[in-house]
Amino acid sequence: MVAASLSDAVVTVDGFPVLSGVSTSIAAEGLTILRGPNGSGKTSLLRLLGGLHALTRGSGEVLGVDLVNGDRRQVRRRVGWLGHEGAFYDDLTVTENLAFAARALGRPSNTIAPALERVGLADRAHTSTRLLSAGQRRRLALAWLVVRRPALWLLDEPYASLDTEGRELLDALVADAIGAKAAVVLSAHDELRLSVSGRTLVLVGGRVADEY
Amino acid sequence: MLIVARLVAMKDLKVEWRSRILLWQVLPFAVIALVLAGLAVGPSATDTRRAAPGIFYLLSLLVSLLVISRSRAIESPTGTKTSIATLGLDPAGVFLGKAAAMFVELLFTSLVLLSGVVLLLHAPLGGAVVALPSVVLAAGAVAAGGTIFGALVGDGVGGTTLLPVVALPTFVGVLLAGEKAMAVCFAGGSFGRWLVFLALALVAYTAVGALLYGGAEESA
Repeated sequence: MVAASLSDAVVTVDGFPVLSGVSTSIAAEGLTILRGPNGSGKTSLLRLLGGLHALTRGSGEVLGVDLVNGDRRQVRRRVGWLGHEGAFYDDLTVTENLAFAARALGRPSNTIAPALERVGLADRAHTSTRLLSAGQRRRLALAWLVVRRPALWLLDEPYASLDTEGRELLDALVADAIGAKAAVVLSAHDELRLSVSGRTLVLVGGRVADEY
Repeated sequence: MLIVARLVAMKDLKVEWRSRILLWQVLPFAVIALVLAGLAVGPSATDTRRAAPGIFYLLSLLVSLLVISRSRAIESPTGTKTSIATLGLDPAGVFLGKAAAMFVELLFTSLVLLSGVVLLLHAPLGGAVVALPSVVLAAGAVAAGGTIFGALVGDGVGGTTLLPVVALPTFVGVLLAGEKAMAVCFAGGSFGRWLVFLALALVAYTAVGALLYGGAEESA
């Protein structure tokens, strides 16, 4: 079983090829780590897997949805995305942001409090998101993933802005997700010391240059 | 679709209420512009009353540009846009929700402007009350049109300055019909055909927006 498969996938953004012929597959369960220098295509590959980039050439399937002819919105609803940037409405509180996402996805609202507890933000539940630190915003993004319980976790440089405790929390969440039979794909510059072992794809110039 | 629309509308209105941008930036602009327009027309009550419908709709359209830009800005940070995209919301529902929130905001500013037109430009109060249905329909049409134009121009470089160029020419019909309806109301006549025109504009913008919003969002 695979969560995603790509064959000669090419993605261009404003005419510039950000992925130039990626062929790989992502197992339906387990961890895949994307490594590579800046501009190698890690974020672009994650965005393609999340249905956020369209294929320019090649073929692919994510969670059973054809990336060429299928509805990419169906992919988006089933993935959990953690990006570089802040991802919330600053004028809403922590709980209101999560409630919006939960209602949009048809998740029960009683998943919000346990998710905040899990990421250590329970005491910030009614704080305006604008007032959160970078690390706390990262934790809120993790809480969003916990509420969503996606089949495919896409984490772009997830350890950025996290302190030691936050990194341990992220490790635990990744382990939990894999334990719950989800697929996790994360990008990283540096060597990671994760409690879960996984497959590593090395990207260079928008292609998979190595795999181990 | 309606569930998504309600969710998005409530979120947009809550964000607007918390930020107070409409209250402390957009409304003061509308009132200042109204005062300036009154001064420009001159002290004659007859002249200001005659010019009042045109001034009202011209200012309404200028204010609507600020409201449209503000509506876009809520989702403009890249991370927020991506996160919301991963919710996979029904585009027609998002369109209706954002248009509904914008309608509430435009209606609020229109009512303030209408009060100003009565107080500062000597428009008849009775005529202003009778003109209310046309004001409501015009606000709805501009909200629906503004939502789709906001999505079309996007929030990238040049989006804010491109918006008036794209939106204002297409709002000419709404401006003319609204102005005629209000002028007829102030004179005590029948304004039924202008009301029908505004209703058709509202239906057309809503239908086109619901169909095209998803594509416009993806391409922006």
